[in-house]
Amino acid sequence: MVGPLAFATLSRGTLMSDTPIERVAKATPPTVGRWIRGLSDRTIAWLFVAPTIFLLLAINIFPLIWTVNLSFTNFRANRPNKEIEYIGLQNYERILTDGDIWLTMQATAHFLFWTLFFQVLIGFTLAWLINRKFRGNDLWTTIIVLPMMLSPAVVGNFWTFLYQPQIGLFNYVVEFFTGTPASSFQMIGDVSLAPWSIVIVDTWMWTPFVMLICLAGLRSIPDYIYEAAAIDRASKWRQFWTITLPMVLPFLMLAVLFRGIENFKMFDLVVQLTGGGPGSVTELTSINLKREAFEKWRTGYASAYAIILFVTVFGLASIYVKALNKVKER
Amino acid sequence: MSEFIHGLLHLRRGAWELVASLLIALGVVMLMQPYLLWLYTWSFIVTLVGTVMFIIVSHFPE
Repeated sequence: MVGPLAFATLSRGTLMSDTPIERVAKATPPTVGRWIRGLSDRTIAWLFVAPTIFLLLAINIFPLIWTVNLSFTNFRANRPNKEIEYIGLQNYERILTDGDIWLTMQATAHFLFWTLFFQVLIGFTLAWLINRKFRGNDLWTTIIVLPMMLSPAVVGNFWTFLYQPQIGLFNYVVEFFTGTPASSFQMIGDVSLAPWSIVIVDTWMWTPFVMLICLAGLRSIPDYIYEAAAIDRASKWRQFWTITLPMVLPFLMLAVLFRGIENFKMFDLVVQLTGGGPGSVTELTSINLKREAFEKWRTGYASAYAIILFVTVFGLASIYVKALNKVKER
Repeated sequence: MSEFIHGLLHLRRGAWELVASLLIALGVVMLMQPYLLWLYTWSFIVTLVGTVMFIIVSHFPE
């Protein structure tokens, strides 16, 4: 932004052929110029970084410390005038002995395990197929990665239509392949099928991500290794187990950790799709946490719950960073 | 194996990071397993110890 003084200076003595930097330099008042020239490089660096650090402290660190503080209290956000009582580790004790929360952890575990399993299996297979040179290779890659470009809210919304027992396409596809009548089952409304319905949608959406990571791993394997193996008369099967898989493994691990952390925090897609139901069979930890915090208004309790989830995700993220560094070293 | 024990005794990052990672993984498994409630109860402390340990040992020499 060039102020009135700058315009005055511009009109006084600058040429229109000057570069923007030169024009701003000429427009800077001499006192400000002297002050800036007197600063050390370190101070200037801090001046540039300070707004970011301030924002980080205000938006990330302060709420985190405040949440830790609240987790030791019985504070309820819908009763702000009530005196806050410090109750020590009681919130943590209640959460970690609560059978209902344990069930939501199990629902999350089911979701995590099966989404990771299918995403790795299908993602790696797709990457392996795409890695072969064939006509339309790029077009197929673009088509395959389309789902992950969509918003989870949009995906959740249109899959609820696909899962409709009367008009949904999914039930008719199942009927076509298995012969089970389309209107005889409800993916979202059935207690035994609902957990699988969220697994299918998440797999559909995020398999391309795993595929892309695997593809990067496959393309990083030099051809001469396969050529050497072929000279040694190693079969394709042996080449796969002794060259391809070990060299792609760090990338696969990275994809698993990344998707694991993301799915541990899964909220939007499942809320849009099932809302945690029927009953609470698809109520993942994030959904349960939101209910505790903003429906039951047990803020202190929810804070302790959030800290437990945070420590778990932070721990997984530490392993993730370590795995990432190993991949970089390769 | 002996290299790993040597790393532990001489406070080397690699070995201790592995221990911390295993503790975190164990804590996560304990948190989500459907069999024993007491494992779930103790899961948080295991994960917390693993995470804090990871932060500390990542400053150990290579």
